[in-house]
Parts: sequence; C-alpha cells; structure tokens
Amino acid sequence: MTAISDREQLSYIAAQAADARVNVELETEGMTLNIGPQHPATHGTLRIVAKLDGEQVVAVDPVMGYMHRGYEKLAEVRTYPQVTTLVNRIDWVGSFANEVPFILAAERLMDVEAPPRAQWIRTILFEMSRIANITLFLGDMGLQVGAVTPAFFAFRDREHVLNLIEAATGGRFHPNFDRIGGLKDDLPAGWITETKRVMKKMRQYCDEIETLVEGNEIFQTRTRGIGVIPADIGLSYGLSGANIRGSGVDWDVRRDNPCGLVHNETDWKVWTHPDGDSFARFWVRLQETRESTRIIDQLLDNIPSGPIMAKVPRIIKVPAGEAYVETENPLGVMGYYVISKGDLTPYRVKIRSASFNNISITPWLLKGVYVPDIITILGSLYFILGDIDR
Amino acid sequence: MSRLSSTDTPTEEEAAPEVDTARNELVARFTAHLGEGLLESHVDPGVDVWLRVSRESWLEAAEFAKSGLGFGYFSFLSGIDWMPSPFGRDMDSSIDVALGNDERSEIDQTIQHGVAGGTGRFQVFARLNDVVNGLGITLKVDLGDDLTVDSWVAVYPGANWHEREAAEMYGFSFTGHPGLRPLYLPSEFEGHPLRKDYPLLARQMKPWPGIVDVEKMPGDDDEGDDS
Repeated sequence: MTAISDREQLSYIAAQAADARVNVELETEGMTLNIGPQHPATHGTLRIVAKLDGEQVVAVDPVMGYMHRGYEKLAEVRTYPQVTTLVNRIDWVGSFANEVPFILAAERLMDVEAPPRAQWIRTILFEMSRIANITLFLGDMGLQVGAVTPAFFAFRDREHVLNLIEAATGGRFHPNFDRIGGLKDDLPAGWITETKRVMKKMRQYCDEIETLVEGNEIFQTRTRGIGVIPADIGLSYGLSGANIRGSGVDWDVRRDNPCGLVHNETDWKVWTHPDGDSFARFWVRLQETRESTRIIDQLLDNIPSGPIMAKVPRIIKVPAGEAYVETENPLGVMGYYVISKGDLTPYRVKIRSASFNNISITPWLLKGVYVPDIITILGSLYFILGDIDR
Repeated sequence: MSRLSSTDTPTEEEAAPEVDTARNELVARFTAHLGEGLLESHVDPGVDVWLRVSRESWLEAAEFAKSGLGFGYFSFLSGIDWMPSPFGRDMDSSIDVALGNDERSEIDQTIQHGVAGGTGRFQVFARLNDVVNGLGITLKVDLGDDLTVDSWVAVYPGANWHEREAAEMYGFSFTGHPGLRPLYLPSEFEGHPLRKDYPLLARQMKPWPGIVDVEKMPGDDDEGDDS
C-alpha cells in the first residue's frame, strides 16, 4: 500500500516538474551542437562545437588540427626548391599563389630578381589561381543558402581556368611551377589567345552569378546584415582579403606593397564595401574576380619577351638572413617568414596563412547568431582547411 | 583608419633607396616611448624593419604600436628556436654528395641569432601592419629560462590562436592568456614539435639521399638536349 502511494507521489512530482518546465516557455536547456568535422560549409575538416540556447548560439569553439601536416617542421629538412611542393598543398584551390611568396622571400635573401617575362607570367598565373579559387566560392555561396545551380555553374566554368593552368604548368591543382629566379617553362603556343577567350567567358560567368545569386531576394535576406564585422575588430583579428575589404578597409597588398609581382603595371581597382556583412564579402569577391580577368587581359597585351629564368646556381644555397614576404592570395594575405643560416635548407619557415586568421574571429563573430546563419557566415568568410591547419 | 577610395596610393615605396625616413622615424618613436625597453633595431631600407624589445616591454610595445603608431593590423605571432639541431643538419651531407666530396662538414653548435640579435635559446616574434601606410614591422622578444612572456590577447584578440599554437609547438607560456589549450595537437601529445631537438622521425628512419637528381632549368645552357 505504502509502496503504491509512494509511486503515485513520485509520478505526481514528475508531472508537476514537467509542467513547470513547459510553463517556463523561453528557458530551454542549453544544447551542444557539433558541426563537422565533415560538413560542406567547412571545405575540409573543421569542427565547430556550438553551445546553443534554443536557436541562438551562446558560444562556439572551432576545433582544428584534423589536417595538420606540420609543414613548418617539414620545410626545415627540405631544400628551397623542394619546399614549393609542400606549400602547393596549403590552399589547394589556388595552389600557384602559395608558391609565389615563398619563392619571392628566397629571392630576396639571395638578391636575385626574376626577368620581366617571368614576373609577368607569375602575375598572370597568380591571378588565374585567384579566379579558379573564387569562382568556386561564388557558386558555393549560393549552395550555402540553398541554391544548388550556381555550384554547377562554378564547377563548369572553373574547368576552363584549370585547363589553362594545366596547359601552362602541367598540373591542374599542384602546379609546382615557380622557381627561384624565374619559372620552370615558358608559356605554350596559343595559350595567350585561348586565355583571352576564357577571360571573356569568366566575365560572363560573373554576370551570370550576379543575376542568379546576388540579385536573389532569398540570398539578400540571408546575407544582408548577417555576420557584421566592424573594421577595427577585423583588423585586430588580422582578417585579410575580401573579408577585410568587405568591411570598408581599403588595403590590398597587390597595390600597397607589391614585391615581385607586376599588378601595378596595369590599370586596376581595389574594391571595397562599407557594410561588413556576409553580402559585402560576397560582393567584393565577385568584383575582384572580374577585376582579375581585366588584370590578366592587360598583362597579356603587353607581356615582354626575353628569358624566363635569371642566372642562379644549380645547387641553391641561400645566404644567411631573414625575410618576410607577403602577397594578396585568393583567400587573403599569405606570407612566409624565412630564416636562413646559409644552408641548403631554410632554418625556420613561418607560414602566415590567410584562413588561420580569418577563421580566428569566429568565436567572436558567431556569438548570438542563429543556427542557419552559422553556415552562411562561415561560407562568406571563405576558408580552405589546408590553409588553416598547414 | 580606412580609406574608401583607391585612388590615393601610398608613395612610400618610391622613397625607398638608402635612407628610409618612414621606417627610421618608426624606430625613433619606439625608442622615445620604450627607452631602455627597446634593445636593438634593424632597418633594411625600403624593405623592412625589425625591433627587439625586452620582456617587460613586450606588452607595452604592442599597446604603443596599436594606439600610438596605427599598427592596428595583427598579422602573426610565433616562436624561433635558435639552438642548432643536435641531430645535425642532415641536409649538409647532400652538398658533399652533390659536389663529390665525402667529408661531412662540422656541425656548429653555437647559437647564432638572426636580425636584431638576441640572447638565449628561444624568441617570440610577431608581425604587425599599418594598413593605411602599407608598412609592416617585426617585433622580437627574448624569452628567459622560464619561457614566459606577456600575452597580447588583450591588445590584439587575434593573437589568441597564434599564442596557443606557439605554446604547444615550443612549450612557451603566455601570461594573461584566457585559455592556453592545445590548438592542433591532441591533448595527450608529448613534446614540442617545432623545437630543434624534437626529432623528425621520418627523416631519422630514412635519411635523405642527397641531391641525386638536379632539375634542368630553362636557363641552363651547358646541356642543350631536351630529352
């Protein structure tokens, strides 16, 4: 008898407690949501642990290291020409651009300058890897808000650029084409005409994306005013590339600190957007892709003739010293701090990759946003995991 | 802080050769502010500037750079281990192989510091940018035996992950850091991989064969065959 009444008592208390929980409508228990390591918005294996209160994010903790390959250590036991093979794999969508700052740093230490033709071709391929990289972003950003078609367009048109990169370098994804003092090879016959044709096509692609995605009402609602980064916060986190130019900071290494690349031989413009939201970052990247095709067109028009390789010794020993060279890569500022002790190998290479800084703002930026916006904000920051984990 | 028009390009690159007034003035202002705290500086005219500050002035240097000099942009922070690797620089043997010389060069075990000097084995270095003038600056600090230095997170929040990385890779400790957890490595990982005395196992098990195959370059005219 007593046992039954005890049980009744317990169930009554449980019911009361359940009622109480329902009645306090807005107070839900916190929940931890694991996004990744495998998620399309993470471009690799980034895991984001988000603590939620209902639909709102209380705190996020990105977990990296799933793809850490230790390039800084590996570079210490490789000769300078061998390092380009490693760094190709940092940002694997715009590989050629990764090689350039390292080679430029080594060239600065050696006091070697590439001949004009090599500098021109370098800049062309550099911009081409930007187009290959950002084309993917432009389609992918549509995907993040539920539009599948732009992604197909992106993959279709990126192929033209990849074919050109392959024709010139021999590698679609990992060209490994830049050498200390110049380039591996000259351009193949017919490449310039073909490139001009493709650049026209890429401008059409940008127009397509503009009408298909940018003007779309759903896209606008999902990105306008979402994930706003004020300029000073962005700077103190070290954001770069379109992420900082989308916050109205007019800073582009290609223009402000050109070292070894010849962008300033052409007439081009740095695009900025004052809003600092997801839409602004998308918009800036779209304009930059167009601008890149214009840069390439102009460079092709006045490409100088001559050798593509300076005189460098067969076995490269880099004199002792320290050099830091940064360039404006597709994902943002990428730099190599190379310390040499006069050996065949670098003594220390610090790789400053763009995505590492770009993504370090997420604990601040994602606080208070709603769950679906996590995806669009991450998409708009645009990072490649290899560029975070190195 | 931000220029919204791209028409006014900075002109400091043109004024580069020999005397670099912009960078020299930067050093002068640091000297005036930090006094004894600035240990050494080096200006590479038209290219770069390095400053080495004392450990006590590390945080103050960051605050001054950010609020006093307009270096609002935090680029990176990392460490350097100046002790030559006790395992030898195994690539040295490759020179001998390639040049047909079997004598191995002696490994010099004395610590030689780089630009702007230093004392002790470990240094932390960081890079800041002034996005308005397009200037960059490298700051260095020597770490004492306790491998501790002030954290920059309060000044540059972006330093957070960089300091976590330096902490796990070198075993440094940053005073005032909100949470010095490992960033890349699993929590049970032992050792500090970027230290020079941390062996790279792949290289130890299979030594490098030397330069056996030197790539032919387009500039090479001694052998003309394209095979």
